[in-house]
Amino acid sequence: MNITLQDLGITSGDVILEISYLVAAVLFVYGLKLMSHPETAKKGNLWAAAGMGLAMVTTLFLHRDADGKTIGMTNALIVVAAIAVGSIAGAVIARRIKMTAMPQLVSFFNATGGAASALVALMEYSNPDNSSALVTLLGLVIGTIAFSGSMIAYGKLDGKVGDIFAGWVKYFNLFLLLVITVLIVYMLAFDLDPGLQTTLSYVLLVLALIYGIMFVMPIGGADMPVVISLLNSLTGIAAAMAGFIYNNEAMILGGIFVGSAGAILTLLMCKAMNRSLLNVIVGSFGGGGAAAGKEQGTVKEISLSDASVLLSYSQKVVIVPGYGLAVAQAQYVCNDLVKLLEDKGVEVKFAIHPVAGRMPGHMNVLLAEADVPYTKLVEMDDINPDMPNTDVTIVVGANDVVNPAALDDPSSPIYGMPIIRAHESKNIIVMKRGMGKGYAGIENFLFFDDKTRMLFGNAKDTLQALVSEIKEL
Amino acid sequence: MEEFLVYFYQNKGTIFIIVLSIFLGVEVISNVPSVLHTPLMSGANAISGVIIIGGIILLGHTELSEGISLNLILGIFAVIFGTLNVVGGFVVTDRMLDMFKKKKKK
Repeated sequence: MNITLQDLGITSGDVILEISYLVAAVLFVYGLKLMSHPETAKKGNLWAAAGMGLAMVTTLFLHRDADGKTIGMTNALIVVAAIAVGSIAGAVIARRIKMTAMPQLVSFFNATGGAASALVALMEYSNPDNSSALVTLLGLVIGTIAFSGSMIAYGKLDGKVGDIFAGWVKYFNLFLLLVITVLIVYMLAFDLDPGLQTTLSYVLLVLALIYGIMFVMPIGGADMPVVISLLNSLTGIAAAMAGFIYNNEAMILGGIFVGSAGAILTLLMCKAMNRSLLNVIVGSFGGGGAAAGKEQGTVKEISLSDASVLLSYSQKVVIVPGYGLAVAQAQYVCNDLVKLLEDKGVEVKFAIHPVAGRMPGHMNVLLAEADVPYTKLVEMDDINPDMPNTDVTIVVGANDVVNPAALDDPSSPIYGMPIIRAHESKNIIVMKRGMGKGYAGIENFLFFDDKTRMLFGNAKDTLQALVSEIKEL
Repeated sequence: MEEFLVYFYQNKGTIFIIVLSIFLGVEVISNVPSVLHTPLMSGANAISGVIIIGGIILLGHTELSEGISLNLILGIFAVIFGTLNVVGGFVVTDRMLDMFKKKKKK
């Protein structure tokens, strides 16, 4: 017995649409898989983008609603116009942004994705054809939290938003979460009048907005990468919820795939800091009150000429880059220094802490921009055993990731976080703008170490001066 | 309870996809060197813009006879935001990865 498409009540277009979704889903996974190696990463990104483009085009032409109607001409034109606006804006922003502002940008794009999910869920909630109220409400809440949370993260990374370290925030957030949960249960359990339902969905939206803000507000310091990754994961989950509403496998797979990838990345980062996720979210970094009682000692400066001699006659030099390097745009000069020293027969390596900068791999991207070969970038665990044999460690704009308090001061807020053991090397040169504390707001005793010499000033200027000094030797 | 069982049975295909996707995500990420964490996060972020498909469906089937409705406006914003996420995400990832590529040629 032959079954025709007509018997099933579908058209060949419907089948082509589903096939395109399958192809798109495969491309997402294949693309991200290719991205796991530097050589194929670019190709992987393009494949994933192609999958997305395909799904967008076929949806526009072939999708049929519950009544079997495809997208009308006028609607299609509006969609295309909206896509054009988003594409141009997205491409322009992404092209123009400076590499140092990359973490903010990823956070910002994540916010737009969350907003889109929240809007879709909001509208679908009042759609009588939609039978999955629970999933819709969850999508609304999660998408909204991802949106407002990412916007705050964006503001913080951009220096526009400060931190709130108040004890009550914790309880306020728990309370808010409880209210949101109760409201969702209430909306699901009772057969409410449609007008009231719509009103409540807006109330839920506002509550979730506030929660997203208050959730990210107290999280500061070294924890920012973890939060961005977590919010990224939430956006994926929100998209998957919307996929559930439309019974759209590409959306479900793409969303959940990204959600779980983001979640595991979040956990990997927490592990790198030796903290639990709960600890990151609830126990935010405060000021460095705990260690403040200790004696500070004095810091010793080094002159540029002494520093250049010290470096030129070393055998092994390790550079520990941090956010300060990014801010000062010093990655190019840094590479000049490396080349110069290598010409003199000095072995130079970069020690990359997993959470250096404001995003995982932030330093790698920056240094890659300046043409530093990625074989020179050594991860923390691989370089640490080598630190005692290192003649000079140059700390450029890094602070918390080399703070020995993480190893020996149980009262320190960063106690237990693995660090690059700069203090074990024979000499340490710290380039810093001033005696300010690190992003986590904790005093760093490495600076008071006997082997440590400070070079104050903007990282770029200092490195430039150092480079010309070494050239003259 | 029975409601739950029915729900599970009716949506079992989807639930399979969800569970397997979770493993897929974990598996793919676990093998990524930390050098690539930032571009990877950015690329994953672009993929989470898959919500754009929902936006297109929604805006595409919005009733236009009512003139400029709230749904129309929200739908337009949903599509714009979704595209921003997708296009911006992929372009910025591509830019980051360009830096790795350059080195290869040398």
